[in-house]
Amino acid sequence: MAKSNEPIVWSLFSAGGVLTALAAPVLILLLGFAIPLGWINPSFEHLSSLVAHPLTQLVVVALVSLGLFHWAHRFRFTLIDLGLHSLETVITVACYGGAIVGSGVAIYVIWL
Amino acid sequence: MSKPYTPTMPRNWWNTNSAFRFFMLRELSSVFVALFVLELLCFVSQVGRGEEAMNQFLVTLGHPLYMIWHAIVLGFALLHSITWFNLTPKVMVIRRGEERVPDVLVAGSNYVACLVVSVVLWWIVGG
Repeated sequence: MAKSNEPIVWSLFSAGGVLTALAAPVLILLLGFAIPLGWINPSFEHLSSLVAHPLTQLVVVALVSLGLFHWAHRFRFTLIDLGLHSLETVITVACYGGAIVGSGVAIYVIWL
Repeated sequence: MSKPYTPTMPRNWWNTNSAFRFFMLRELSSVFVALFVLELLCFVSQVGRGEEAMNQFLVTLGHPLYMIWHAIVLGFALLHSITWFNLTPKVMVIRRGEERVPDVLVAGSNYVACLVVSVVLWWIVGG
């Protein structure tokens, strides 16, 4: 029987789903509204020491990477469900490829 | 050998009833959430570049068009969270002894976890 990669990509999809379901709404409130509108006024010193913290960096890389894999998995099946069966291979490569590239960018931006 | 049978669906199958349309919206939420995590990455990178870069980024985010954008993104993120939390008891059946833990408790614990994560993140970022 051929080996399948589905369990791997499903795990990444699922992990991304959990992480974004828990953290995305509050992060959107913070970055999209609370900080730009001045509901809260964290100083630059506070934010720069926060983003320099190893735990913050790990969380950001995980959010970006797993969030992208979550997107890739859903988008792949959505496009195929919309009738693009003939492009299945291209779609699959482009979606997960995009998530891999995005994860690389996140690692580069945060850690390198 | 004959090829496997692939049933053909009309292109607009998803627009033929409200359950399908809702399903499509749910799947589409991942696009908005993915764009937002990239935005978050940009912000973190700007903070790393210095105070001026960070402030400039925040001024941009204060533009009304970004407010509209973030309202849409927040709507989709909430749709993702709610549908995800409500699905967990169906994907993960938890048993205590012989008894199955009721769906409402499994889903409910997700909402509690989300609330805790939200309060903690708000408190950490707010300083």
